[in-house]
Amino acid sequence: MYDPTVARLTYRALLGRRRALILMVLPALLLLIATLVRVFDASSDDVATQLLSGFALATLVPLIGVIAGTGAIGPEIDDGSIVYLLSKPLKRSTIICTKLFVAIGVTLLFSALPVLLAGFILVGASQQIAVAFAIAAVVASIAYCALFLLLGTVSRNAVVIGLVYALVWEALFGSLVPGARTLSVQQWALALAEKVTGSGVDVSSAVSLPTAAVLLVVVTVGGTWFAVDRLRVLKLAGEE
Amino acid sequence: MSADPTPGASGSTAATGPVAPPRTPAASIHNIGYRKYDGERLGRGYAMRSLFVQSLRGAYGLGRSAKSKVLPMVLFGVVLAPSLIMVAIAVATDAKELPAEYTAYPLIMLPLIGLYVAAMAPQSVSRDLRFRTTPLYFSRPIERTDYVIAKYSAMSVALLIFVGTPMLVMYVGGLLAKLGFVDQTKGFALGLVMALVFSVLHAGIGLLVAAVTPRRGFGVAAIIGVLTIPYFATTIMQFIVYDEGSREAVSWLGLASPGTLMDGFQSKFLDGSTDFPGSIVPSNTAGICYLLVIAAVIAGSYLLLNARYRKAGL
Repeated sequence: MYDPTVARLTYRALLGRRRALILMVLPALLLLIATLVRVFDASSDDVATQLLSGFALATLVPLIGVIAGTGAIGPEIDDGSIVYLLSKPLKRSTIICTKLFVAIGVTLLFSALPVLLAGFILVGASQQIAVAFAIAAVVASIAYCALFLLLGTVSRNAVVIGLVYALVWEALFGSLVPGARTLSVQQWALALAEKVTGSGVDVSSAVSLPTAAVLLVVVTVGGTWFAVDRLRVLKLAGEE
Repeated sequence: MSADPTPGASGSTAATGPVAPPRTPAASIHNIGYRKYDGERLGRGYAMRSLFVQSLRGAYGLGRSAKSKVLPMVLFGVVLAPSLIMVAIAVATDAKELPAEYTAYPLIMLPLIGLYVAAMAPQSVSRDLRFRTTPLYFSRPIERTDYVIAKYSAMSVALLIFVGTPMLVMYVGGLLAKLGFVDQTKGFALGLVMALVFSVLHAGIGLLVAAVTPRRGFGVAAIIGVLTIPYFATTIMQFIVYDEGSREAVSWLGLASPGTLMDGFQSKFLDGSTDFPGSIVPSNTAGICYLLVIAAVIAGSYLLLNARYRKAGL
């Protein structure tokens, strides 16, 4: 299920050279805004939920998820170096699972942890807002990684498709067509946050918790399984 | 050979020193009858124009494989659809005006335009860098600035078509629905100014980010990140300071992201309505700063692109 060498290679591909610094910019921005809001004394439970759901959960987590999920396998398939990995006596499921673990780890480090910190900076332990959004970010990270790792295995335009899903489907369509919210990782994660926060906080999700939990598990497990299946029959093609 | 005064290279058979190459009658270059090219040399301007046309066509997938036509054409269709729907509604319901202003259209379609820039700017510049084909361009009679100007203007024109065509549809539809020729023409003209500034600004940002991140996939994510993350952050900060009651700060915060920059610009100078909280229009001082920042971003991305190609490696 887990191979340390594959993990090391994936980790280096994701965070090697200056990439870790570039990835660091996003969470740093969130922490900066949280600190500014706190310093100017504008912080309240409402502002915190607005910032954490509107910015952190709607933009930061999916974007890091796209970069980590597709970046874990996409470039390797593109430049063809995946054949060196596939020709080793490793199960395809091991490769996918290892890459998924690394991608989830990176996403947690760069999105869930900053969300928790930003929550504490904004409102401390008030109404468990920080913990609730951190849990939501953890769950969303796992689902996004599985989903985008699958995309990276299936399509060469994985990043664009992932961004279309995260920005157009979840943000634009979700706000226009209520039905689209049922099929949105962000809303499933919010359902969890809704459960954890205190009663006086305005966090609402379009889906109920049991539905959200089932869908989250289905997407994560199903996405991983399908990615393994696709990697088994992978065809290498030239650049356009 | 006239510029070289050293005696060793002058072609005389007398050896002038131990470093002179040994010249034997056997080592000579024969004329084996290749024909010289004595047609017209098309020169620098022609090469630049060709690069411009090729890049512009490439931005819509023309001249490339069918697979790479799908994404730009689908995005173009989606960005065009709301304008057609608006025109249909205006014609069918005898409306007094179109449901959206011309200048507001690019702002409503911001996520889609962002995706288009993110998808097309890397294919325009990143592939040349990734496959190290840039030296081939510079072996032609074009200079570094020519390459940058051609790519920059091609991306700007591609975006102008992307943003301007829906406006054209709205204009034609507005005239057909008899919404008043003068009103519509004025709105359309202001909309075109907006589209032009919008295109040049976004093309500059997109190309610069794409040229810095040639790795496949990363360029797309980086452009989307640069365009949307500051936008979301700025909008949320604007709402927070607005709730705190400082109205002036809202328009100054708007300088911090490309999207809000364009919003403030069109509400201040092009009679547009704004999405800023409380519909705050920037003051005169802030308005001048909007113009300065827009000019600085455009000039800056042009200069940085030139600097990027000083060394055309990865």
